[in-house]
Amino acid sequence: MEKDSLELHDVTVRFAGDSGDGMQLTGTQFTNTTALVGNDVSTLPDYPAEIRAPVGTTYGVSGFQLHFSNIDIQTPGDSPDVLVAMNPAALKVNLRDLKAGATIIINVNSFETKNLRLAGYDVNPLDDGSLDGYNVVQVPLSSLTSKALDGSGLSAKDISRSKNFFALGMMYWLYSRPVEPTIDWIDSKFKSVPLIAEANKKVLMAGYYYGENTELFTTRYFVEPAKLPQGMYRSISGNEATALGFITASVKSGLPLFLGSYPITPASDILHELSKYKNFGVRTFQAEDEIAGITAAIGAAFSGALGITTTSGPGLALKTEALGLAVMTEVPIVVIDVQRGGPSTGLPTKTEQSDLLQAVHGRNGECPVVVIAASTPSDCFYMAIEAARIAFKYMVPVILLTDGYIANGAEPWKIPEPDTIPEIKVKIRTEKEGFFPYLRDENLARPWALPGTPGLEHRIGGLEKANITGNVSYDPENHEFMVRLRARKVKNIENDIPDLVVAGDLDAELLVVGWGGTYGAINEAVNRIRENDKKVAHAHFKYISPFPKNTRSVLKKYKKILCPELNLGQLSQLLKAEFMADVETFNKIQGLPFKSYEIENKIETMLGEL
Amino acid sequence: MADIEVKDIKYTSKDFTSSQDVRWCPGCGDYSILAQMQRTAPDLGIKKENFVWVSGIGCASRFPYYMETYGFHGIHGRAVAIATGVKVNRPDLSVWVATGDGDLLSIGGNHFIHVCRRNVDLKIILFNNRIYGLTKGQYSPTSEKGKKTKSSPFGSIDFPFNPLSLAVGAGATFIARSLDRDPKHLQEMMKRAAAHKGTAFIEVFQNCNIFNDGAFEILTEKETKADNVLVLQQGKPMIFGKNNDKGIRLNGLTPEIVDFAQGSFSINDLWIHDEFDPDSTRAHIISRFAEKPGFPTPIGVLKQEFKSTYDADFHEQINNIRRTKGEGDLRKLLFSGNMWQVNESNKINNN
Repeated sequence: MEKDSLELHDVTVRFAGDSGDGMQLTGTQFTNTTALVGNDVSTLPDYPAEIRAPVGTTYGVSGFQLHFSNIDIQTPGDSPDVLVAMNPAALKVNLRDLKAGATIIINVNSFETKNLRLAGYDVNPLDDGSLDGYNVVQVPLSSLTSKALDGSGLSAKDISRSKNFFALGMMYWLYSRPVEPTIDWIDSKFKSVPLIAEANKKVLMAGYYYGENTELFTTRYFVEPAKLPQGMYRSISGNEATALGFITASVKSGLPLFLGSYPITPASDILHELSKYKNFGVRTFQAEDEIAGITAAIGAAFSGALGITTTSGPGLALKTEALGLAVMTEVPIVVIDVQRGGPSTGLPTKTEQSDLLQAVHGRNGECPVVVIAASTPSDCFYMAIEAARIAFKYMVPVILLTDGYIANGAEPWKIPEPDTIPEIKVKIRTEKEGFFPYLRDENLARPWALPGTPGLEHRIGGLEKANITGNVSYDPENHEFMVRLRARKVKNIENDIPDLVVAGDLDAELLVVGWGGTYGAINEAVNRIRENDKKVAHAHFKYISPFPKNTRSVLKKYKKILCPELNLGQLSQLLKAEFMADVETFNKIQGLPFKSYEIENKIETMLGEL
Repeated sequence: MADIEVKDIKYTSKDFTSSQDVRWCPGCGDYSILAQMQRTAPDLGIKKENFVWVSGIGCASRFPYYMETYGFHGIHGRAVAIATGVKVNRPDLSVWVATGDGDLLSIGGNHFIHVCRRNVDLKIILFNNRIYGLTKGQYSPTSEKGKKTKSSPFGSIDFPFNPLSLAVGAGATFIARSLDRDPKHLQEMMKRAAAHKGTAFIEVFQNCNIFNDGAFEILTEKETKADNVLVLQQGKPMIFGKNNDKGIRLNGLTPEIVDFAQGSFSINDLWIHDEFDPDSTRAHIISRFAEKPGFPTPIGVLKQEFKSTYDADFHEQINNIRRTKGEGDLRKLLFSGNMWQVNESNKINNN
């Protein structure tokens, strides 16, 4: 059958099904293949906290959204153009997010009484006209998969489990993607179980040919490669980039990387990644709890490692006291907080930016640490290196904030040549003459003298120390001096970080400020406003404690300041407190990232009020 | 891995004495523990700069300030976790932990059982005075039930931990007990701990003369010691008593006191202590002697077991992977995964 071919500029696809349906795998495969054909791509995995929630229920629905395009894109797309719904629950949960007129590809086999009831449908939505505004494509995905594997010798359960490959194959055909990358992946993944490998490949191809032959699809789409700067690219998630960043920091500083960590969603993937790279001398210690994770990292840093610990909000709360110890002992460690919905256990698998105030202020005593934040998945790589650089140079703990959205989301990354990444200078004290543990260099950093060095034996600890000698001191004046010194040391780092960059219209009246993972959505919103010949500027904070030196002068220039955040206004609060800036906060606390149109609408409203 | 031992340097206890004034209460048992450590350290064959003392919070945890070695005074309960980080990162160091009954067994209980389980090569000295001293006299997890303290004016209703039983259960590979008032014995235990590869745990009964004075008097005073303390010795029968007239025999799994004067049993019937008994059941029975009426409190080495240490396995694994996979190459690492080339004409080449 001859079919039409239609070029698209960008497409947003969401795969949705039961948490056991393999939607994350399907989405990841589609993403990798899409990156390989040269589209720009951005992803948003969205899965429940339960590993295998009851089959067929709405709360067990797992989704994976990706946005691909022939231009540079920043977000996983506001509203899907296409939904692949493996069961009624997946349709029910995702329908409201779809673009008007979107295509819905439905596994019609699963739309039977039991699943409809589990999803809370009284009437089959395929029959009641409720999907009239959509392009509904009903595919008997389960039965076609069974047919493809007839006589394969696989159990009914195994056969059912490979139906996601049918959906994937079909989508590959529909969007003109090659099947080879997934075939290669299946071959290596299921090397030890050839029967499964063959079955999955067979089903993938069955899906592909079904797309080609069925009359349900009359048009095939293609999206040209994006015009990205030349170079070698790979697809990378924020957690992968964070892991690679710290390995790079270890190589560039010449110090071993020591990770003390306790598994926690959504940060565990950094532990998994780093555990793979022991041939880089990476030392991963899976601790008995969050506190042991950070205190072991402190012990490792005391004895000469790049000591880091990875966690999420509840874990950061547990590490609080130990962070104070690192501040007091002036030991360089990095804490990575992959933020998730809080408070308490909150929404473990959902994103939020609500740990900012905890990171900046959440400790007993006057306890300044450096707080920096990554803004995109690939930015995690560079901010990890930056965290290590600052920690070493100033002998200070650094908190690196990422979030569930950029940690699990992926984007193409132009791989840097390692030679272009600067060395990280580390000063290790070996000179015996004139040594004191709390001597100060030009950066107010104390010397790092490692156990095993003859003549530099010294004691440090959580009790207040006399400057220079490091002896325990309860002297009132010394305490105030040391409190101020520790604060000044962190504040001075403003001289060693890049200025806040303003993008967009420098002469606009409205400035949008943000931090962390909202970068893509804000940037896209600002670009769209500007395409309509309206003026708006955007400044994104990567350094929050201390703020960049020019922050005050930037904020002063604009009549109105808008600060979108996935919290109740934590950056706004800091900017108001430190700069008396008149910031209008714009919040979303739903465990989901901003859609760029939400910010765009808000900007429109504010521009209208000027 | 660097060798932590040294033969050609002669240290004295002064070499291990820091310039800091010792700030424990006069008469505190901690002084003796410090003195025995400073006396023992020169003979351990370990370079001074390779010692690291780590502590948590409490009276005992001031210990590192007084040793002229590397030291880290941590936060409450976390000494063992900090020390694990030091030792795992630097197996060439000899890492010691000074801790108290509150620090190790209450707030730090979790870290203690896990370090024993892993067999990290740390030397842990528990200063057990059965009281919270630094917070001025509340009952501790080793205080006896019914103890009247500031926080238990009507008597504590907590059952105490038996630290030795806990260490046996958690899998510590060297378990010993000593007394602050028995310097020779304490020194011997410290030497044995230092020589052990793996988690070495010494419980030291230590008198707090301010808040729990005399808690161990019966074990330390001349008149009562012999009748109440059993000195465990490898390969020797368990004999105690002023006139060496009593012993312990094991009847099945039940220990029994034997009084030679009664004549039913002789020295030949006694339990012969075996530190290296691979079955920890008997070490556990010994650890609970003192809870039985009429039984002496054992001191000495309950158990020693030889198995690989966490820190050694940790680095062996890294080294093996480095050997088989080859040294990590940063460029190869970054340039891996699903890659594609974007060139000038914006054509895509897949790799």
